[in-house]
Amino acid sequence: MSENKKEQNQGGHQGGPRMGMPVKKAKDFKGTSKRLIKYLSPYKYSFIIVFITAILSTLFTIIGPKIMGLATTQLFKDIKPRIFDQYARVSINFSYIRNILLLLALFYIISSLFSYIQQYIMAGISQKTVRKMRNDVNNKLAKLPLKYFDSRTHGEILSRVTNDIDMISNTLQQSVTQLITGLVTIIGVLIIMSIISPILTLVALFTLPLSAIITVSIAKKSQKFFKEQQKTIGDLNGHVEEMFTGHKIIKAYGREESSITKFNEINNKLYKVGWKAQFISGIIFPLLNFISNLGYVVICVIGGKMVIENKIKIGDIQAFINYSRQFTQPIGQIANITNIIQGMVAASERVFEILDEKEEIQDTKDALVIDHTIGNVRFEHVNFSYKQDTPLIEDMNIDVKTGQTIAIVGPTGAGKTTLVNLLMRFYEINDGKITIDDIEISKLKRNNLRSIFGMVLQDTWLFNGTIRDNIAYGREFANEEEIIHAAKAANADHFIRTLPDGYDTVLNEEASNISQGQRQLLTIARAILANPAILILDEATSNVDTRTEVHIQKAMNELMKGRTSFVIAHRLSTIKNADNILVMNNGTVIEQGNHQELLDKNGFYADLYNSQFTTKNVLA
Amino acid sequence: MIRLFKFLRPYTILVILTLVLVYFQATSNLELPNLMAVIVNDGILLGNVELIYKVGIEMLIVTLIGTICAVLVNFISSHVANAFGRDIRKKVFNKVENFSLNEFDKFGTSTLITRSTNDITQVQNVTLMMMRMMLMSPMMAIGGIYMAIKSDAYLSWTLVVSIPVIILAIVVVASKGIPYFKVIQVKLDKLNLVLREHLTGIRVVRAFNRDKHEKARFENANNDLTETSVKVNQLMATIMPLMMLIMNFTTIAIIWISSIRMQDNLSNIGDMMAFIQYAMQIMFSLLMLTMIFVMIPRAQVSAVRINEILNTNSDINNPETEELTEKKGFVEFEHVTFRYVGAEEPALTNISFKSNPGEFTAIIGGTGSGKSTLINLLPRFYDIENGSIKVDGVDIREMNQETLRSKIGLVPQKTLLFSGTIADNLRYGKGEATEEELIEATKIAQAYEFISEMSDGFNSHIAQGGTNFSGGQKQRLSIARALVRRPEVYLFDDNFSALDFKTDAKLRKALRNEIKEATMIIVAQRVSTVMDADRIIVLDNGKIVGNGKHKDLMNTCEVYREIVSSQLSEEELK
Repeated sequence: MSENKKEQNQGGHQGGPRMGMPVKKAKDFKGTSKRLIKYLSPYKYSFIIVFITAILSTLFTIIGPKIMGLATTQLFKDIKPRIFDQYARVSINFSYIRNILLLLALFYIISSLFSYIQQYIMAGISQKTVRKMRNDVNNKLAKLPLKYFDSRTHGEILSRVTNDIDMISNTLQQSVTQLITGLVTIIGVLIIMSIISPILTLVALFTLPLSAIITVSIAKKSQKFFKEQQKTIGDLNGHVEEMFTGHKIIKAYGREESSITKFNEINNKLYKVGWKAQFISGIIFPLLNFISNLGYVVICVIGGKMVIENKIKIGDIQAFINYSRQFTQPIGQIANITNIIQGMVAASERVFEILDEKEEIQDTKDALVIDHTIGNVRFEHVNFSYKQDTPLIEDMNIDVKTGQTIAIVGPTGAGKTTLVNLLMRFYEINDGKITIDDIEISKLKRNNLRSIFGMVLQDTWLFNGTIRDNIAYGREFANEEEIIHAAKAANADHFIRTLPDGYDTVLNEEASNISQGQRQLLTIARAILANPAILILDEATSNVDTRTEVHIQKAMNELMKGRTSFVIAHRLSTIKNADNILVMNNGTVIEQGNHQELLDKNGFYADLYNSQFTTKNVLA
Repeated sequence: MIRLFKFLRPYTILVILTLVLVYFQATSNLELPNLMAVIVNDGILLGNVELIYKVGIEMLIVTLIGTICAVLVNFISSHVANAFGRDIRKKVFNKVENFSLNEFDKFGTSTLITRSTNDITQVQNVTLMMMRMMLMSPMMAIGGIYMAIKSDAYLSWTLVVSIPVIILAIVVVASKGIPYFKVIQVKLDKLNLVLREHLTGIRVVRAFNRDKHEKARFENANNDLTETSVKVNQLMATIMPLMMLIMNFTTIAIIWISSIRMQDNLSNIGDMMAFIQYAMQIMFSLLMLTMIFVMIPRAQVSAVRINEILNTNSDINNPETEELTEKKGFVEFEHVTFRYVGAEEPALTNISFKSNPGEFTAIIGGTGSGKSTLINLLPRFYDIENGSIKVDGVDIREMNQETLRSKIGLVPQKTLLFSGTIADNLRYGKGEATEEELIEATKIAQAYEFISEMSDGFNSHIAQGGTNFSGGQKQRLSIARALVRRPEVYLFDDNFSALDFKTDAKLRKALRNEIKEATMIIVAQRVSTVMDADRIIVLDNGKIVGNGKHKDLMNTCEVYREIVSSQLSEEELK
């Protein structure tokens, strides 16, 4: 998995989109650009410097050929006598040429220097801007309700923080200033060209609409093929992914042939659209080059004639040829850059979308804090639904006294985990109230509320760090002694010490260097260290085999001592010893009471118990 | 990379043709400044307007030829590169489809996916680039040098200085920059890791009030990354200005030296102008070459990864002659020992048991005891080290894999459904199954009810990965898929723990009535699932520690008793 991610990231770096390739367009280009500019506004002075240096560097570059032309013209003038007499003695005005060349050198140095300054400053601006952006997104994520994360894949969010922001930083670094220099070049060159020769300029401009027509019409055509290619690649990847994940079934059911047949079909289609897309987009450059050469030839011919007629100086022709080349280049470049910038704005829009998500309701100013939790929990007429039209929990009433163990049982999808989401205020209830020690949880500070609870979940989340740090995650500033004590209480101390590095063992990314049961013990130790008043245990042992479970259960019993506990369980002994059993089905508590009471009722629980926990009736 | 080029062999003629065309394209590009020099020297200087027109037309023809060549190069190269990619892709996919689980485990699913998709695309793109540019650049560079020397050998001394300087500059900046790029990748991965952990552990982070801690962790990683990125980009900022400076100074040097030589009538203005253009072409080709050299290592990495697949051969092969049998539904393990590649300890040691038609064999044991491994050996996903596995009295290594697998109906632990309709999925093992057969199978698998409740019934669509079905539903569909096949041997790999006990019981009862001629092997965690089996095999650390019926095992097998007591209440034990 992790390898896969890395590779995809690398894939994302491969420069900007190719010419003629479609980019995702932003929905609100103007609004998003404005926001993006706001991000850049702290650097407005640096930006001004970047603009000025970019313009200056371009100006000094484009003035180069004109000055160089002076030298050529002088040389031309000096060696003219030789035209009439092959062996005529000519004297070249070296001091003039030297001065020109020195001036030229100076200009080139200044131009390069400014260009360097501009890129140097831009490196700082672009990286700092995206750093701010990343931090903003991360801070925002901390404020988003769980609903947001549950309704999206992690990959989707990650790709916005990495790929999209990466694209923004690359574009800022390269394309934005290229756009400026491109524009300055076009305008500047145009001015100098028309000063040198208005007629020749008209000739050069004549190539302009030709290039534009070619670029636009070909780009349009190739976009169609690129879109089709993109879709076919998607199909191909989808097929490969599905077949490889299902490899075992394919083998077991002997379906290799049909899988290969389908693959070949898509693969051939990809070949057909792929080469067309690449061919069509690939001819843009040679065609543009042809037009540019066309202009070049025409300028050489007409210019040559004009020199002979003494209407223009030779150096100016040389300069003009240079300019006409400089002139067509940025046009293609700008077409490309606008494409890239559009892509960047679309990427920023995706990032801003996160920033615009609705946040969790903030703590009110007069939010309460419970210092010493007693541990009485009450649900009063609670209503809740994930989707608006499909109510999940309706009129739920529960009364839990301190120190009690509440077991929640019911078939999958009955709403057991939802209960946890509501208690921790991961989701807000629609109606009714939930209280702890008679204070409504919505009036409590979130931090305070969450510090009251300790959770051990089915999903044993640990992070890439040492075992010690992972246990210490339960409480900030925990000392070594407390950590070891918690590990001992969780029955984890022994196995930790058998590991080669003990408490300093670094859990790898997937935490696969310890077993599932051991991971569970670490999460229990973490909860013990947090020392919460109320415990939530959500099917904490369903991933381990029953003998390991006994081991974990011992640790959990230790943890539950003297605390109010909510246990979502499938294990008989936990349920039987619970003070109160909530039987849930379709979102409502349909029965409650202790084990014996519920059995006597002979209702849903009795049925469930008989079918799930005994072998009676099973073989009937 | 080079080893992959053998895939270009069918297109040899086209590649050679491209080479020729590129040669013409380069020549035409180089010819233009030459013709321009003629215009200047013989046209302008001598005032010959006619010559200017004549040469102008020549120039037009040359550029037209160049353009036609370029378009043709494009046409052929996109053809060849795409065909090249297609052929590699086909070969790789075929290869992977024939991998046994052994090779599959060795690579891992996700990397196999990227190798057969992204990596090949990468190689294909570079091949295209190579055909278009990489051939062009050296030709242009060499041709440019040749033309430059031809037009004025003495002036070429400027190139002798500037070319090494430009190469040196590239080498210095690249050697400083490239190590940084690696560091950036590492830091980017770190940032991703921190964020991914935050996302996956969001409930825990919030429950323990550790938002601030996560925030600090992220900011550290972010600052770290930014610092290096700024450094690299600032370093890279030197490249273009430096290149421009070197090129511009070369031009200045050319003009200066030219003017001295003109004094002595050794050179001409047109030659000087042409020479400047050659010099620029040479240097741009060099820059282009460096860009390609930056791309090649990346493609090289991909190529190596593709070759790894192509060089891996499945170690499970069909026998030369197949042994046939008339028997049906017999399974026998004889002293089977198996270890995963490279493992120190065998995963299974000395396993022996028999299961006959109509019998129900259960396998129980803790996590990691080898239950699933045992199930995987029967369809010959892996080859064993010692002993023999017989199906219908024949060693499975003496059978074709297709024959063997057609006898087996496997229901894997992790349900795998494919995108398509329910019916497509159910017919996966038997394409010609009738509607009645599907209904019957789904009834046994306890899936008929929920399927018929859907508006499209058997034609309901299953999304990729079956995400629009619940775990229990998927499990039952995957069981029905095996039933449709009517195999001789049913293999259930712990499929019942996802079902509630009631469905579990109903399903097993229905299965028992149905499967009279087949043998059924079930891996299970729940004691209640296995209690009525004809034989329960208790595994512990890859060894059989108990084999018998429930009652016998309660008396003889300590491990079994432990498992039972961890699950059933005391009164039930009595």
